[in-house]
Amino acid sequence: MKHSISKWVLPAYSALALLILMIPIGYTFVYSFNDSLKSNITWRGFTFDKWLNVCNVQNGAVCEAFGNSIFIGVVATVLATTLGTMIAIAMVRYRFKFRSQLSLFLFLPMATPEVVLGAGLAAQFLSIGVPKDMLTIILAHTMFCISFVVVAVKARVASLDPALEEAGRDLYGSALQVFLRITFPLLLPGILAAALLSFALSFDDFIITNFNSGAVSTFPKYIWVSAARGIPAEANVLASAVFIFALIIVVTVQVSGAARAKRLEKLHQAGVN
Amino acid sequence: MAFAAFSTTAAPTSSDSVKKKSPVALLLLLPGILYLVLFFLAPLVSLLLTSFKVPAEFGDIGEFSYAFRWENYTDVITAYWPHILRSFGYAITATFFALIISYPLAYFIGVKARRWPLLQSLALVMVVAPFFISFLLRTLAWKQIFADESFLVTSLKAVSLLAPDAHVTGTAFSVIFGLTYNFIPFMTLPLYTTLERLDVRYLEAGSDLYASPFHVFRKVTIPLSMPGIVAGTLLTFIPAAGDYINASREFLGGTGTQMMGNVIEANFLVLQNFPAGAALSIILMSAILVMVSIYVKKSGTEDLL
Amino acid sequence: MTTDTFAESGADLELVGIHKRFPGFTAIEELNLTIPAGSFFALLGPSGCGKTTTLRLVAGLEAPTAGRILVGGTDVTNQKSFQRPVNTVFQSYALFPHMTVLENVAFGLRRRKMTDPLGKAHEVLRLVELDHLASRRPQQLSGGQQQRVALARAIVNRPALLLLDEPLGALDLKLRRQMQLELKTIQEDVGLTFLHVTHDQEEAMTMADTIAVMNKGRIEQMGAPQELYELPRTAFVANFLGQSNLFTGPVVSTTSAGVAVDVAGHKIVVPATRAHRTTGEITIGVRPEKLTLHSAKPIHDADVNVMGPGRVTDVSFSGVSTQYLVEVPGAGTLIVFAQNMTFGSDVKFGDGVWVSWGVGHGFGLDDDPADAPRFEADFDTRSIAAQRHLEGA
Repeated sequence: MKHSISKWVLPAYSALALLILMIPIGYTFVYSFNDSLKSNITWRGFTFDKWLNVCNVQNGAVCEAFGNSIFIGVVATVLATTLGTMIAIAMVRYRFKFRSQLSLFLFLPMATPEVVLGAGLAAQFLSIGVPKDMLTIILAHTMFCISFVVVAVKARVASLDPALEEAGRDLYGSALQVFLRITFPLLLPGILAAALLSFALSFDDFIITNFNSGAVSTFPKYIWVSAARGIPAEANVLASAVFIFALIIVVTVQVSGAARAKRLEKLHQAGVN
Repeated sequence: MAFAAFSTTAAPTSSDSVKKKSPVALLLLLPGILYLVLFFLAPLVSLLLTSFKVPAEFGDIGEFSYAFRWENYTDVITAYWPHILRSFGYAITATFFALIISYPLAYFIGVKARRWPLLQSLALVMVVAPFFISFLLRTLAWKQIFADESFLVTSLKAVSLLAPDAHVTGTAFSVIFGLTYNFIPFMTLPLYTTLERLDVRYLEAGSDLYASPFHVFRKVTIPLSMPGIVAGTLLTFIPAAGDYINASREFLGGTGTQMMGNVIEANFLVLQNFPAGAALSIILMSAILVMVSIYVKKSGTEDLL
Repeated sequence: MTTDTFAESGADLELVGIHKRFPGFTAIEELNLTIPAGSFFALLGPSGCGKTTTLRLVAGLEAPTAGRILVGGTDVTNQKSFQRPVNTVFQSYALFPHMTVLENVAFGLRRRKMTDPLGKAHEVLRLVELDHLASRRPQQLSGGQQQRVALARAIVNRPALLLLDEPLGALDLKLRRQMQLELKTIQEDVGLTFLHVTHDQEEAMTMADTIAVMNKGRIEQMGAPQELYELPRTAFVANFLGQSNLFTGPVVSTTSAGVAVDVAGHKIVVPATRAHRTTGEITIGVRPEKLTLHSAKPIHDADVNVMGPGRVTDVSFSGVSTQYLVEVPGAGTLIVFAQNMTFGSDVKFGDGVWVSWGVGHGFGLDDDPADAPRFEADFDTRSIAAQRHLEGA
């Protein structure tokens, strides 16, 4: 093969690019085992201590911030997923005036830089005199998650064959029964994906949070504040734990998806032969 | 999980014939729209109003009253024009690099790796993996890798690839590097979703019609992947232009690399000069909207939105 | 080819000792084929027989494992597809969705830096009667219109050789018949060499000067449509190209005039000139439309073969003709096509009948009767294309 070298350029390039993408992740993970003192910059030896005593540092400030982030993420996800799914279903299934204007309106929060969203909300809360706390963070996160939920669920609704719902109605299902027994179960994977996305967005958000959090600490905000005086290895521990957890979810979804595809293929082949 | 959000560019839409008019639609739409009006639209209006405010008479620092002082805009432009230019300069550069780094990667995953689904999924998981680790921590990791006393920098200095007194962090390079790195997944994913659907038979047809591999790429592959290119560049450019984490002094930036986000943050949260911060935000947003609509018009992908 | 010239006329295509192996299976083994310039040549076979692979080898979209490909005497085996003076009308048409019809047609001309590409494109669009749709996108056209654009996009380049990969497969029957005639007319007008791949035997017979029937990576038989139909050499050809009644039995006598075979007690004669084998166990056959039904045993005639009595097990009316299935004990089920010359049918389901045909209509196959017909798994164009592309050449 005279092209054997050029054949390997793209795979090798891709492997290198992916490897570089992994570097900071590896770095964060490795330094979660660093026997560091206050700041976690130089390598001082391997220890499991930080993993075992995550909450012991600084009176548990890291863990408190982490807990806040999870709480905010869950509440904002529930709100945004509910509101977003309703909009998505309406947009695909119903006809109404100002559709394209609505699409544009829903697209805008995604096209607006976070710093503008954050500053806008801060200006709003300031002018109506709402104190910044947990509630303002949740309100802010729900807002920027809705659009992403709409986009993710809309794709799922659009790929749903309307004939399935018609069949349900044909088989004497009331509108509510058809929704609960046919539409919703079929949409569920899309809704779950949207919820995961919105949790991830909320959990890792710093910019908007920073403008609207007042004295409340979240995990990203804790890192931002500590960056000046050194971030404890415990932050790396929590971030690595989240990473591993997210990885397990994604791999499970991918593997089960691949397994399902394979099963279907086998069934299909069996049917053909 | 995050893939779904980017896969909409060509999602099948059910035909209009099945859509019906019903008051149910209003019921479904109203809560969400109301929410966005309250917490997205109204804040933008607040921001606009704030941007014209003047310091309150006899007020404390941070107290302002409603006015129409458009000079707030000329003031911030005079004071911060380097930040404004830098923001767009950095964002455009980072978007450009992210595109040329991501395109071959997305092409490999979406086209070449089709035969090996497992490799394809593994590569995709690796592309989104940075999403799963804190944005701030992964940026700090680069700061430490690029620190003056780090292994990388000392080695580069040892082999004279870097001047002995040079720094990597705090430079335009490190900020653009950070922006590029952090937004590569946003570029790669939409590129992947369009390239994954690319029908290789079009490439064969091009080749059959006397187009060399280079011409096939330029005349067929690139135009067919345009939706992904537009989506990816927007998803990279918009957050990059407004970012203030990478350029922050505690992260990859320095005094000479501050972007608009940094000054908006400083005016809002430190100086409590809300009108200046608001005016800068409005400038940032309008500039982005103008640039994006020109870009989308030029690339002929309006129907994407 | 960046020359500013068109092929003056079609060119010969020669395939010499072509082998093509894919990981895990052999698509083509030892293919030798010469297609004379200016002819309309059809490669006919079932899915997976290797015909599409052959076409892709000629187009340069695949490289042969062994063997050489010559176009007009020039060895093009090592040329890339964009360097070959060959164009393809793809099964899926593969019209570029991001270009107008006109730009699609002008694509090849522009790449070859021809003068006045748009003028030439308009000209060829007029030939296929689609010039009024030149500014549309391919997606806005009907299937038949897309097919004509695909054809225009290929012939505008005046290739020495035009490859057609089942281009009519996606059209409905009526449109397909119409396009077959149009294609044939265009081929005669422009005088190019056409290599047409299809699994539709009727299409191949209507359009081609020469048909090669392919099976399991080999050419089973090649010749003019009528020759193939009247005198198939193998059971595969006899059944793939139309339908046949085949019988197997030992040869009982051979004279200069004919070979007599014992089929379940009936002595069936085949002309010696139409029998590929004359000894031992052989398979002979006759086409269903050559058979005549009799409600009484016909009078003996040396020029007529008779089988019966049998029972009619099925009658199906199809307008022009009626198809009867006749079960003859020991000889199996015979298919008989009878022209509907009179209103109503003389023969009904369950009737006892005799079947006869002129000795001259029979044929004797070259097959070893022990060989079963060969079919294999399908590899459609798309998966081959995908695989090919991924191999990355």
